[in-house]
Amino acid sequence: MDTTKLSEQFQQKIDEDIKIEPQDWMPDEYRKTLIRQISQHAHSEVVGMLPEGNWITRAPSLRRKAILLAKVQDEAGHGLYLYAAGETLGITRDEMYQQLHSGKAKYSSIFNYPTLTWADMGAIGWLVDGAAIMNQVPLSRCSYGPYARAMVRVCKEESFHQRQGFEILLTLSKGNAAQRKMCQDAINRWWWPSLMMFGPSDNNSPHTAQSMQWKIKRFTNDELRQKFVDVCAEQVKFLGMTLPDKDLKWNEAKQHYDFGAINWDEFWNVVKGNGPCNKERLATRVQAWENGAWVREAALAYEDKKAARQYRYNTTQAESKMPAG
Amino acid sequence: MESDTIVMNETAITDALIDCTLQLADDSLIMGHRCSEWCGHGPVLEQDIALTNIALDYVGQSRNLYQYAALLLEQLPKEKALSLVDFDIIPEHITEDSLAYLRDVGAFKNHLLFEQPNGDWAQTILKIFFFSVYRFYLFQQLQNNADERLAAIAEKSVKEVTYHLKWSSEWVIRLGDGTDESKFRMLQAIDALWPFVGELFEPAGYETLCYYSDMLTFERLRSDWLNKINQIFETATLPPQSIGRWHQTGGKNGYHSEHLGYILAEMQFLQRTFPNAIW
Repeated sequence: MDTTKLSEQFQQKIDEDIKIEPQDWMPDEYRKTLIRQISQHAHSEVVGMLPEGNWITRAPSLRRKAILLAKVQDEAGHGLYLYAAGETLGITRDEMYQQLHSGKAKYSSIFNYPTLTWADMGAIGWLVDGAAIMNQVPLSRCSYGPYARAMVRVCKEESFHQRQGFEILLTLSKGNAAQRKMCQDAINRWWWPSLMMFGPSDNNSPHTAQSMQWKIKRFTNDELRQKFVDVCAEQVKFLGMTLPDKDLKWNEAKQHYDFGAINWDEFWNVVKGNGPCNKERLATRVQAWENGAWVREAALAYEDKKAARQYRYNTTQAESKMPAG
Repeated sequence: MESDTIVMNETAITDALIDCTLQLADDSLIMGHRCSEWCGHGPVLEQDIALTNIALDYVGQSRNLYQYAALLLEQLPKEKALSLVDFDIIPEHITEDSLAYLRDVGAFKNHLLFEQPNGDWAQTILKIFFFSVYRFYLFQQLQNNADERLAAIAEKSVKEVTYHLKWSSEWVIRLGDGTDESKFRMLQAIDALWPFVGELFEPAGYETLCYYSDMLTFERLRSDWLNKINQIFETATLPPQSIGRWHQTGGKNGYHSEHLGYILAEMQFLQRTFPNAIW
């Protein structure tokens, strides 16, 4: 069958909301786009363990410590599902790691910001996980089956993370003056980078149209960002805190909040590697991988030895059962 | 006269029970702290998850134990309770968090072994293996302890410990019988940690009063532990070990290595910076 015909059938399936599965024919660009997006998503989960991992040993109560450990462990689990989803497209996990370590593959820029106080654990949960959910809920209906199914599970856990983050901030907002200050400061620092998580605005997002036609994306970056602003502008009132945007204002005619201009210069600089923690985060991942090389080699060597022993044992057993003479 | 003696004995036993519970809790917490330092830095993603999960189990065990110690202490007159626990900042109520966060080095009773730095993957694995074997036999005994709550905590924990023991044994075997490098690193790890294992089997006064006197002989715990270690070491092609008479000791009575101070400085800083804040 020629490619044009296959392409037509492919698009028809997508239009009818039939999931594309690993064994199905798909255009090379669709495959490439998904590999880029899924691996980037997987890397974000794994690199995302670092800024929060930074506070596990300093969590202010045993309950908070246990919750934070569980949360970071969930993120590693999300990384695993996503790498597995990526592998269904014909790339190995090691190849994906290589792309991360060489700087070829990106991860969410938000994790290039530092976590300076305990309140950051709350702000990350509320804002960063909140923005991630906004992005990922539509992805659970995306056209590629393995990605969509991974997202269903990821979203369930993320919504728990978001609630626990908000609860951390709520507790701080009812606390002493230092705690309230910590809370507002964390919101101030995480708000704008969270808005940037939705990606460039629609007129600067060249892949959006194609991704929407393929139903990898269901909403544009700006649509999702607006939805996020509308939700957070209301939620922040429960905290008795403010969002750091003097232009934030309810627009009765649009039935949406207006908000201020995003600093795209900062966004592109952080994407290009010039954020506060880019070098550190990547170096940490590379170091963990390199320090683990001897462990992975030992595990493989042991498996080989075990298999060889089993083979020898089986051979001896077979020989002993042969009739004598 | 006779009833006075009984009352005194009962008091001594309750005091010892509190010390024992704190000792068990401190071991769990310090192990949880050390394991959690690996989070995000493991050699393979699956093992990062496994180790974080183990850290979470340890923190969970420490919470059960601290909560029980807090309950026992809260039942006593405040002055008496405060005489039993060496707090730096006197808490309004004794809770799991005040016990974990408001005591300094000299009040912690964990074994020296468990506060030692993580080192490499081999050293971390070996420490978890030693701890798991120790806890496995100890909790098996404690499941039958006369104190019901302690017995229940042991019963719950022994299920987790059984998994930790399986996981860490498999890694000891894999590393011991893996490559030349992994074997060398395991031998180095044994050298680094062995001086601290003897303390596990040296009873503190409160342990003798509380549970070891009636049902758990130290000899048995020690021989069960050593047999299991040597059994796994044999499969791992590592040399058999014996426990000599000289070893590093003191943790159980509050005399620690230099490492614990740094662990606590990191762990406790928020509670100490903002006393009585709610988190």
